[in-house]
Amino acid sequence: MTEAPRETAQEAQGARRPEMKVRPTAPIVPPSNVSGNALMAVIAIMAFLACLTFGAVNMVRATASSWQSQISREITIQIKPDDAIDMEQALKDARDLALTFSGTRDGTIVDREATARLLEPWLGEGLNLDELPVPRLVIVTIDEQSPPDFTAMRKALSAKIPQAFLDDHRTWVDRLVAMARTTAFIGTGVLVLVFSAMVLTVVFATRGALSGNRHIVEVLHFVGAEAGFVASEFQKHFLKISLKGSIAGGALAALFFAVAGFWQGRSIATPQSDQATALFGSFSMGLTGYLGIAATIAVIALLTTLTARFTVMRTIHEIDQIRSDPSRTDQLPDT
Amino acid sequence: MIHFENVGLRYGMGPEILRDLTFDIPRRSFQFLTGPSGAGKTTLLRLLFLSLQPTRGIIRSFDREVSSIPRDELPMLRRRIGIVFQDFRLLDHLTTYENVALPLRVRGKDESSYKADVLELLKWVGLGERINVLPPVLSGGEKQRAAIARALIDRPELLLADEPTGNVDPPMAQRLLSLFLELNRLGTAVVIATHDLSLMDQVEARRMILSQGRLDIYD
Ligand SMILES: Nc1ncnc2c1ncn2[C@@H]1O[C@H](COP(=O)(O)OP(=O)(O)OP(=O)(O)O)[C@@H](O)[C@H]1O
Ligand SMILES: [Mg+2]
Repeated sequence: MTEAPRETAQEAQGARRPEMKVRPTAPIVPPSNVSGNALMAVIAIMAFLACLTFGAVNMVRATASSWQSQISREITIQIKPDDAIDMEQALKDARDLALTFSGTRDGTIVDREATARLLEPWLGEGLNLDELPVPRLVIVTIDEQSPPDFTAMRKALSAKIPQAFLDDHRTWVDRLVAMARTTAFIGTGVLVLVFSAMVLTVVFATRGALSGNRHIVEVLHFVGAEAGFVASEFQKHFLKISLKGSIAGGALAALFFAVAGFWQGRSIATPQSDQATALFGSFSMGLTGYLGIAATIAVIALLTTLTARFTVMRTIHEIDQIRSDPSRTDQLPDT
Repeated sequence: MIHFENVGLRYGMGPEILRDLTFDIPRRSFQFLTGPSGAGKTTLLRLLFLSLQPTRGIIRSFDREVSSIPRDELPMLRRRIGIVFQDFRLLDHLTTYENVALPLRVRGKDESSYKADVLELLKWVGLGERINVLPPVLSGGEKQRAAIARALIDRPELLLADEPTGNVDPPMAQRLLSLFLELNRLGTAVVIATHDLSLMDQVEARRMILSQGRLDIYD
């Protein structure tokens, strides 16, 4: 009740005195005091490398798994030539036997002409297969989801046709899986290195920023600030810097993949691009790739901010300790 | 309110700056702390602010023994103490108004809740026209008053002032002294470290004299 008239009086006074206006409150740690450009560049480069690594691992894995599914969709039955058997009959028998197993879909006998074509690069044209002990093949496509029982099939085959050999491409699939795994492993290793380098850089930058702003830390101490408050004042800048840096790096990586994909699409069927495609798979990243880049950006921003906070807290405690301990007259800039 | 018992302090391997200090700062008391340059006045104020740990002895602050207080609780105790430095320690990139409002900002208060109070205090210390000026532009006396206003803004229970009249002419020193006395009347205990004999002669107050590490108290 008694408050109301006083308030209006104050307002009237404020209206009469225009010089009482104050500017919007300035940040306690001015942005210009945290030299962020070098740090931002480092974070951008690290983010670029991280996204590139992530994309590359992703691509290799996609290629490997597509190869894998292609290969494991088929099995081959090889029959070695032997005078004791009638090859054509054996091929038919083998196919029919294979198709009796559930999980098989279709069987094709690779006929003479096709076999000759397969061998052409090695043995030349105009080949007479009858004169050569060339093995013949039956290709059986299988249901990947519920593959047939290969062991049982192998046993049944060798019982009926001893010269038959069932190849389920297990070796190749295993190698592909191993390769994909190795690539992912190496990629993870690179990511770990990149992230540790980044964390260390941020630690140094934070400590540098704190020692360059020691007077602010001191003043905040003497007006009763808690370590957490001081930390968040500094951390704000690092969040901004790392967001800018990682977005720049991530965008650059995304652009790189987009341009590479475009180049590959344009120059398809040129030897270079075919080679690149065979080696690295398609550069098209797809939605998951770009989501991955976004996630990498978020991880980097989070990581740097957490690192900055942790470092500020630790450094402030260190400063507190040095300030409060009279036996330490080192680096004490005090009154 | 604050109790020192056999407190000693040495920096590094140096001599003991303070030796066996035993004294009390009672609530609502007013005292001068004096002594030759280098006697350890600033050091003693830093001990009182809990910013420095004694080499030996016991300090009790607000009924708690300081050495047993966890580190992160110290800021809460410091918030009950205002301190004015010999060298002011204003932040050069903040305006007078922002510097004086800093303790409240640090306590997480909203600007709308303190703006009027800060402006009023600034007017009271004669800085009403300098609220939007950065410290490098202020005169020594103006900086001094800004530093004092910053120490007072949160109505501390104890005010520690290190040479608060070192940079002002006698009339202004007189005005600042009456400000401290006024504050003391409102219930704040005040410790003023000073060399200024004429200032001390103006008030009948307790005198704490530091010399050669010893403290003599004249009530
Ligand atoms: N951080 C420090 N490290 C080492 N020695 C210090 C430190 N601070 C102060 N001293 C020494 O302690 C002694 C007391 O210093 P202090 O600043 O407390 O004196 P003072 O009474 O405030 O002097 P003045 O009146 O000149 O301000 C001085 O000899 C000083 O050199
Ligand atoms: Mg001093």
